[in-house]
Amino acid sequence: MSDYLKNWEAVIGLEIHVQLSTNSKLFSGASTNFGALPNTQACNIDLALPGVLPVLNEEVLKMAIKLGKALNANINSPTSFARKNYFYPDSPKGYQISQMDKPIVEKGYLDIEVEGVKKRIGVTRAHLEEDAGKSLHDDFEGQSGIDLNRAGTPLLEIVSEPEINTPQEAVAYLKSIHSIIRYLEISDGNMAEGSMRCDANVSVRRKGDEELGTRTETKNVNSFRFVEKAIQYEIERQIHELESGNLIVQETRLYDSQQNITRPMRSKEFANDYRYFPEPDLLPIKLEKDFIDEVISTMPEMPEQKRERFISEYNLSSYDADLLALDKDLADFFEEVSKVSGSPKLSANWIMGDLSAQLNNENLNIKDSKISSKKLGELIIRINDGTISGKIAKDVFEKIWISGGEVDETIQKEGLEQVTNFDEIESMIDKVIQSNPEQHSQYKAGKDRLFGFFVGQVMKASEGKANPKQVNDILKEKLEK
Amino acid sequence: MDFHNLSLKEQLQGLKKGSFSSTELTSHYLERIEKYDDELNSFISITAERALIQAQNSDERYANNQAYGLDGIPLAHKDIFCTKDVLTTCGSKMLHNFVSPYSSTVYEKLDAQGMVMLGKTNMDEFAMGSSNETSYFGPVKNPWNKEYVPGGSSGGSAACVAANLTPVATATDTGGSIRQPASLCGLTGIKPTYGRVSRYGMIAFASSLDQGGVLAKSAEDAALILEAMSGYDPKDSTSLNVKHIDFQTNLNESIKNLNIGLPKEFFDAELPPYLQKSIQESVDVYKHLGANIVEISLPNINLSLPIYYIIAPAECSANLSRYDGVRYGYRCKNPKDIDDLFMRTREEGFGSEVKRRILIGTYALSAGYYDAYYLKAQKCRQLVANDFTEAFKKVDVILSPTTPGTAFKSGEKTSDPVEMYLQDIFTIPANLAGLPALSIPCGEHEGLPLGLQLVGNSLQESTLLQFAQAFQSNTDWHKKLPNI
Repeated sequence: MSDYLKNWEAVIGLEIHVQLSTNSKLFSGASTNFGALPNTQACNIDLALPGVLPVLNEEVLKMAIKLGKALNANINSPTSFARKNYFYPDSPKGYQISQMDKPIVEKGYLDIEVEGVKKRIGVTRAHLEEDAGKSLHDDFEGQSGIDLNRAGTPLLEIVSEPEINTPQEAVAYLKSIHSIIRYLEISDGNMAEGSMRCDANVSVRRKGDEELGTRTETKNVNSFRFVEKAIQYEIERQIHELESGNLIVQETRLYDSQQNITRPMRSKEFANDYRYFPEPDLLPIKLEKDFIDEVISTMPEMPEQKRERFISEYNLSSYDADLLALDKDLADFFEEVSKVSGSPKLSANWIMGDLSAQLNNENLNIKDSKISSKKLGELIIRINDGTISGKIAKDVFEKIWISGGEVDETIQKEGLEQVTNFDEIESMIDKVIQSNPEQHSQYKAGKDRLFGFFVGQVMKASEGKANPKQVNDILKEKLEK
Repeated sequence: MDFHNLSLKEQLQGLKKGSFSSTELTSHYLERIEKYDDELNSFISITAERALIQAQNSDERYANNQAYGLDGIPLAHKDIFCTKDVLTTCGSKMLHNFVSPYSSTVYEKLDAQGMVMLGKTNMDEFAMGSSNETSYFGPVKNPWNKEYVPGGSSGGSAACVAANLTPVATATDTGGSIRQPASLCGLTGIKPTYGRVSRYGMIAFASSLDQGGVLAKSAEDAALILEAMSGYDPKDSTSLNVKHIDFQTNLNESIKNLNIGLPKEFFDAELPPYLQKSIQESVDVYKHLGANIVEISLPNINLSLPIYYIIAPAECSANLSRYDGVRYGYRCKNPKDIDDLFMRTREEGFGSEVKRRILIGTYALSAGYYDAYYLKAQKCRQLVANDFTEAFKKVDVILSPTTPGTAFKSGEKTSDPVEMYLQDIFTIPANLAGLPALSIPCGEHEGLPLGLQLVGNSLQESTLLQFAQAFQSNTDWHKKLPNI
């Protein structure tokens, strides 16, 4: 860690906007699909025509309850909506329906781990609100276009306590939230498409200071890597400013990933006064305990529980369990392979070794893997029952990845079965010893190191197919003679 | 034939029997509109062509024995109810060119009953006013005396019913906008319980107070139409999910031994002697009919006006933010940039009363003032509601004047907003508490009608209508109509 952090401490809070993957919008029946022609997915309600009224999409309540439970938080009942007033062309009502006093989720926490150190980060609240439309500034000859397709799309805004102290912790927290929303299937969490967005509130103070420094809010950070870099930049910038005797201005900044800097947004003379007040078109919503319990009963096992189970049930290392449990699809794949193969440890190794490497090479998700969990399981069975060696298995894996063939067929067709016939191995060994009399003498004279040389020669002669254990046993006996 | 002297039931009977057609009935009213409305200005849009097509369709349904409940009866809609393919202005320059692409639930429900829309009625801009003088489309005149205002904000609906330009009209009431014009024009006007009538497609002024209702010539007519307008609407989250709606079965039942509350706070107010006299005579009618008169107290009622003038403007300041010139309605010419577009559109598109209320509301919600104004007003609103809850433990209805006097002259109060706001002093409490209330004609002073207000307990519209019907069965005030 750099020198400057000796004297300074950063205080970071994250506001994460998660677009919920409902079929229709938060308060209207319009579709939420991404990528339709402008304004084709905006109905009378999204256009804020005179006289229209919002009707809550109840699906979002279920999603928020699940998130609340996963964040160990309270579910507020009644929960209520409020109007947040501001004029902006892509905010059709001139106010956003959000939550103020009674957010649906409140007072939770999340445990993260950075370089082996565990830490608990408080989650202040998570509230429901509607997304705005988009302003388009190109192609309109001095005017702007407004696309209201996104207007009214449901968002959950998850606000952390300012308890994060490093960019690495921020990313760990963000990844953990990402993992949870993917597990719960409440959002696709796609940061590039904007279905998960992160704003970072950052301030710095001298170590030991009680009082918080002036904070800035950095917006528009659309990948895990950029979140880390943007916060890193902002911490260094603030420390530099303060050490140069300047003050930090409380402002909103934008991250520029091209130059890796943050810069202030167009400064506003006046602070916005959003004039929140209870939304009179929506009555407070009472969430009955039975309803909450029913929703919770449909929740899948969460990453934290899964991680613990992987350790206890499969004897995985904490490192392996961590990596596998973070992504639900990966975890499911692992369990399928493990079930077929009956060998969890080897399954984990293969998934995090060869399979991950292939996926990375071709930039694929686990769901798009060209080798199914069943096939990988079968491949591992063939290693365990001695049909092929681990080394040969890598060849088989590559062949199947390309051809899409079956495991046993491929092994047979390519003649890759391991040689386990005693006579066959014995005869290969005899030949090797005969062809290398000098080495044999040296070995017998006590040069034990040459054992490896003989193993290598035998494996070479068998094109790698001889069973290594048998080779070892027979060779030892023969060489001693 | 003077169709306009028939009650709605009589008109329906005539249509059913084939004594006359909806086309004849509709044409009769269209002719009267043609003849009298230039002067009254009670309509913003007259949809004659559309009405005659609707009437023809209705006639065909009668011929095929497929008629709906209110088939062929003409009506006028307040221009606050969105009507597909028809200009819907809300009395404002801001929406002077707004042709709605969809219809309000109220329109849909009455349309589904076969009713024929004659046109859209004039109103105070965005329903803000008590004299119909804030309309962008010019003031409406009171048919009783054209130098006088018809009341507001549903002044157009009141004037055209009173002048027999339509048998009945829809209206809305946020602080008295149905009852005050009913009183000033000698009509029966009812605002039901908040949530009875769907607000979907009814252009919002103050969402927690707005409620649709009817202006009619009798309790019987009003009951018929209100029943058809009411009902749960999944498109309005504040709509009440009450299955059984019946405003007619008990209409003619006796009110004997029922209790009428007279709130002493209302009668302590300095009422003009002619008004005191009329109210006393009305109370005597009820006494004669066997009702018990009980003095009650609504101790927090004097807070109503200030509460209203915080909450209604606060809600309106947000509700009217959507009129920004971006998507529909008025847009200023040659905006320099987006802020100029917003500011000049709103500066030019809204009238001064609307701007005044947006300013008051914005101020009341601002940081540092919210607790002192909006939050306190909401708490006081609960006190007023509690007063009613207490009172209704003892009485069935609460009786008072509807307005502090008869209609006033055009221009008389336009320069003094507070004087204008005092028009609604008796009507506002029912909106704050979400209670049903109606106004019926109960007297006359110098050729102008006077109204009596009855407020009922939540969902007790049928009790209110029963009281109104009992009164109208024993008096003739509701039968008096202006000579235009």
